Amino acid sequence: MPGKLKVKIVAGRHLPVMDRASDLTDAFVEVKFGNTTFKTDVYLKSLNPQWNSEWFKFEVDDEDLQDEPLQITVLDHDTYSANDAIGKVYIDIDPLLYSEAATVISGWFPIYDTIHGIRGEINVVVKVDLFNDLNRFRQSSCGVKFFCTTSIPKCYRAVIIHGFVEELVVNEDPEYQWIDRIRTPRASNEARQRLISLMSGELQRKIGLKVLEMRGNAVVGYLQCFDLEGESGLVVRAIGTACTLDKLSSPAALLPACNSPSREMKEIPFNEDPNPNTHSSGPSTPLKNQTYSFSPSKSYSRQSSSSDTDLSLTPKTGMGSGSAGKEGGPFKALLRQQTQSALEQREFPFFTLTAFPPGFLVHVGGVVSARSVKLLDRIHNPDEPETRDAWWAEIRQEIKSHAKALGCHAVVGYSESTSICEEVCILSASGTAAVLNPRFLQDGTVEGCLEPRLEENLPAGCGFCHIPYDELNMPFPAHLTYCNNCRKQKVPDVLFTTIDLPVDATVIGKGCLIQARLCRLKKKAQAEANATAISNLLPFMEYEVHTQLMNKLKLKAMNALFGLRIQITVGENMLMGLASATGVYLAALPTPGGIQIAGKTPNDGSYEQHISHMQKKINDTIAKNKELYEINPPEISEEIIGSPIPEPRQRSRLLRSQSESSDEVTELDLSHGKKDAFVLEIDDTDAMEDVHSLLTDVPPPSGFYSCNTEIMPGINNWTSEIQMFTSVRVIRLSSLNLTNQALNKNFNDLCENLLKSLYFKLRSMIPCCLCHVNFTVSLPEDELIQVTVTAVAITFDKNQALQTTKTHAEKLLQRASTDNEELLQFPLELCSDSLPSHPFPPAKEHLESASSNSGIPAAQRAVTVEKASPMGEGNFRNRSAPPCANSTVGVVKMTPLSFIPGAKITKYLGIINMFFIRETTSLREEGGVSGFLHAFIAEVFAMVRAHVAALGGNAVVSYIMKQCVFMENPNKNQAQCLINVSGDAVVFVRESELEVVSAQQPAANCQPSCPGGEVTT
Amino acid sequence: MTSELDIFVGNTTLIDEDVYRLWLDGYSVSDAVVLRVCSGILEQTGATAAVLQSDTMDHYRTFHMLERLLHAPPKMLHQLIFQIPPSRQALLIESYYAFDEAFVREVLGKKLFKGTKKDLDDISTKTGITLKSCRRHLDNFKRVFKVVEEMRGSLVDNIQQHFLLSDRLARDYAAIVFFANNRFETGKKKLHYLSFGDFAFCAELMIQNWTLRAIDSQVDDMDMDLDKEFLQDLKELKVLVADKDLLDLHKSLVCTALRGKLGVFSEMEANFKNLSRGLVNVAAKLTHNKDVRDLFVDLVEKFVEPCRSDHWPLNEY
Repeated sequence: MPGKLKVKIVAGRHLPVMDRASDLTDAFVEVKFGNTTFKTDVYLKSLNPQWNSEWFKFEVDDEDLQDEPLQITVLDHDTYSANDAIGKVYIDIDPLLYSEAATVISGWFPIYDTIHGIRGEINVVVKVDLFNDLNRFRQSSCGVKFFCTTSIPKCYRAVIIHGFVEELVVNEDPEYQWIDRIRTPRASNEARQRLISLMSGELQRKIGLKVLEMRGNAVVGYLQCFDLEGESGLVVRAIGTACTLDKLSSPAALLPACNSPSREMKEIPFNEDPNPNTHSSGPSTPLKNQTYSFSPSKSYSRQSSSSDTDLSLTPKTGMGSGSAGKEGGPFKALLRQQTQSALEQREFPFFTLTAFPPGFLVHVGGVVSARSVKLLDRIHNPDEPETRDAWWAEIRQEIKSHAKALGCHAVVGYSESTSICEEVCILSASGTAAVLNPRFLQDGTVEGCLEPRLEENLPAGCGFCHIPYDELNMPFPAHLTYCNNCRKQKVPDVLFTTIDLPVDATVIGKGCLIQARLCRLKKKAQAEANATAISNLLPFMEYEVHTQLMNKLKLKAMNALFGLRIQITVGENMLMGLASATGVYLAALPTPGGIQIAGKTPNDGSYEQHISHMQKKINDTIAKNKELYEINPPEISEEIIGSPIPEPRQRSRLLRSQSESSDEVTELDLSHGKKDAFVLEIDDTDAMEDVHSLLTDVPPPSGFYSCNTEIMPGINNWTSEIQMFTSVRVIRLSSLNLTNQALNKNFNDLCENLLKSLYFKLRSMIPCCLCHVNFTVSLPEDELIQVTVTAVAITFDKNQALQTTKTHAEKLLQRASTDNEELLQFPLELCSDSLPSHPFPPAKEHLESASSNSGIPAAQRAVTVEKASPMGEGNFRNRSAPPCANSTVGVVKMTPLSFIPGAKITKYLGIINMFFIRETTSLREEGGVSGFLHAFIAEVFAMVRAHVAALGGNAVVSYIMKQCVFMENPNKNQAQCLINVSGDAVVFVRESELEVVSAQQPAANCQPSCPGGEVTT
Repeated sequence: MTSELDIFVGNTTLIDEDVYRLWLDGYSVSDAVVLRVCSGILEQTGATAAVLQSDTMDHYRTFHMLERLLHAPPKMLHQLIFQIPPSRQALLIESYYAFDEAFVREVLGKKLFKGTKKDLDDISTKTGITLKSCRRHLDNFKRVFKVVEEMRGSLVDNIQQHFLLSDRLARDYAAIVFFANNRFETGKKKLHYLSFGDFAFCAELMIQNWTLRAIDSQVDDMDMDLDKEFLQDLKELKVLVADKDLLDLHKSLVCTALRGKLGVFSEMEANFKNLSRGLVNVAAKLTHNKDVRDLFVDLVEKFVEPCRSDHWPLNEY
């Protein structure tokens, strides 16, 4: 009996009128947890009742605490007939179960009804008293923290990253049960909401148990999804990365999480300070805290300190540097062995993280993906979801073998998804094959053997690009050159990854969003035949999506893709493919060649002319894009580049396979054979269309940038104005006899128009960047295409720093390697005895900001920042309460990113994972489908904000709308929508507030900064 | 390819002031798009008409949803559905309740709940304000009237508290409510030259001096109704015209009070008897409701017109 849940119902406001006669309401509240229900008194005749109830106490198992949501139902008392429900509030009490998160949930919650939407608000206070449970066979996993963020959360450091955890639970979907025929839509929706809430609680608890088994204490990159399989049931599945996290307790160690432009300016000159004494003379504690546990073991220091010059401490890439050189060969093998031993104990060496602690990522192989088409059948025994488990296990096995083929032991940036249409389901998984530093995977046991590799003197920023596979035994034909950065290692000519751009990567110019869009018609078919048709189409789709991506990348004059996400959606009569990624120019990779167009019939003069015209247009576009994205790579003399490797040009890092209810695995070589330049052959109208579509993509208006990664490469002076938004569009395809081309064009136009609309709407924020642009495509009906976009617009300061950083970076680049040693060595030695407690710099963006190519050690920066705001620590403690608490409704920011520009996250309050259903039988009256969905999404935002505010937070980071299933039946005037959202509730403090001298009134400080940060148009 | 559904929802509700203005002015989506195109926004932003259409629709939808809250502004402050910075909220409310003086002039003093609705069409054609906007105006007046009608305390304060309006706008609304409550006739041709501002000024003075609260601030009753006792007392003023001595006394008192303050003092002095008689007659009749309504007409007939015929520059009534 390890927990006591206490609930108090304080008051209600803005209740709807339930009694037409009096225009008032006699409201009371039912509080339910598990099977226990309490009721408040009826508060007669008021729309703003003050119940002020006693504390309702539930004595429950912690297992129940994790699974069950608290249900609060507001009803209208009726003497003669049944009481009418006004609406409900579900509160997930999970955040109260871990010690560091929220201690109380208290605030106004919107009262939600699945038919009427939000109907007033209710003020509730919830507390939990946990007793220590010493039962070793417990089924609960209280205390395991969950984060949606796909990087190590800002105020923690990773001690160990254990690895992949997954779980799924299945149940029958209430909506497909017989009882649904006789119960009201409201009862049915509520049954569904409750069930999913319960299932996700259970899932989270089970995952937690696995984490405890692995001796971890947290799950990072937690991604939970629902598969609405219709008649065959409901699947809730989740994946994540188990970690052992340490809270950074000292406020000094908490660097401001993001770059303020003013900082930027202060820092740069400081870094140029030639006198390293400022750093080493004062053996101050901050230094200690801010160095990372790179590898300063005793043996290492002794070995290397003899000569300062040959020791290149490049902490940010760390191990990355030189494992694969000719002389590094043995080390490579050694590293591989160790990593392997660490990873092979695991069934799946997968990581859902997309950004990593410095030094974690050694090499990146390329994107690996696997798809499988399955026929859904009824889940016979919900307690043993073997089939679904087996399906996923199969796919993961494929991914693992692909990664192996690329010479990698691990997969990072891993994600899974499904697309369901009737009884056919496509399961997809993708990730980036990588070689990891084993240090983080096991408890510091392997350190000693790895140090020798560090003796190589290499600048940072290219290590991860170096090929992890053996160049003599390549998994696919590839064109390798020596790294433009270090000139020692081989790199591929293009790199595709699903992860975020590593902090230390050297990028030239800015990045941009690149999308490949594709539709394929498919005959309507049943069951087996349908599945076969789909699996036959899949390889062609993947090939084309890949070709499109490659062409568009070349057109942008870039050579790497980050955050690649390929979504294949299945509908009744078509398949849709949408790939989004952020293109960048990596300095380490060779300059991409142009695109050549070749015609099949060279005799025809006019045709020839046409071809050359096209060619000119393409060349112009490339030149224009180079200018637009500021891609001016330094000229490299030919002899240095020299490409001694005669291998054909590499087209692809993408290994894929698909299988249709069988074990047959096909590997598709996406390379374009042995062509020296990238040649597009125009042999028919199809190809013509392709070329045209290449050129139709319009760049965003000036002042706008877009990317689908966390931050925009090349922009680093964010200001604090952010605007998160969701936009949904549904189009109806006009005719029945559609061709692939027409379909493609429609789809392309849909996406382009959507983007154009976004740019127009957000024009007041210019200059700004759309970050984390996340497109989701679904095919709700025969002729309907639905595209949902969630992204955040962040303003940046155009006038500052872009140029400065770059030039400074160049200068610093040479200095860094020498300076680093002197500067870093001291702190490293200093803290070698307290090794396990070195935090990583939590200020990831900060590092990125201060010029990704500089290679300035974090410790040095930390000191700079420290000096810049000496009052920081004192202030920040008093300030943990959300600002604007005195205004009527506190502002809650939402962002799909893991950080808030210009602010620092001081506390993670717990995961937000909410599922809502909304239904209407009066669609026209609610403003049609647009009015209905607009209102619903606004309500979902409101409910998320209310929950965060009640937890004491002022922002949601890593927010994601995982599902938005919209169904309409205009003839019946009905529509239904299901939305699933998640994110991490956090408390953040503005950097400007941190700097304010504490003597000033805190309230006065909060006030101006808060509305100031809001979007005002 | 037709767009079935097209929405944009921001965490902070996006509000385009220009579109809000168009919406308040009662333009339909298509009219608003045309007007926006004319404003040259396409050239400025490089957007297409389709984008503009979608954007306008979106804003209109948002405004439509906000309208429910705008009807009870304090709700706007506490609601959770739309995250709008406080300064924006104030702007939304203020613009929603702002009115066109041409329209007010038409309905001032009319009974707000009956009859006027079918006249809206005429007003709309007369003033050039769209019917939709006219309706919003009228609904605003009615809403404010209904809320503060039975309320005690200062009229302006009540309006300000329940509708969160600026001081100026609240005063204007107080005047409108005051006129509507007392049903002063303002539509007669003779009164046409008077602007809403003139009437609002009168209303304010009357609220300050002629209502129940003005007599005894302790009572703290409504500002809306004229003090019956005061009107009764006004009846007694008849003696000022009937009795020659009193008339003279009054004249000398007024003259002393106004000497030097009035540019047309001599004319005033000469005509004092006539003017005074006019005023007193009007005042004495105010115990009858009918005459209260005609107060302004009578004043103009009996007081202002004689003055004007003597070429007085118009200062106050």
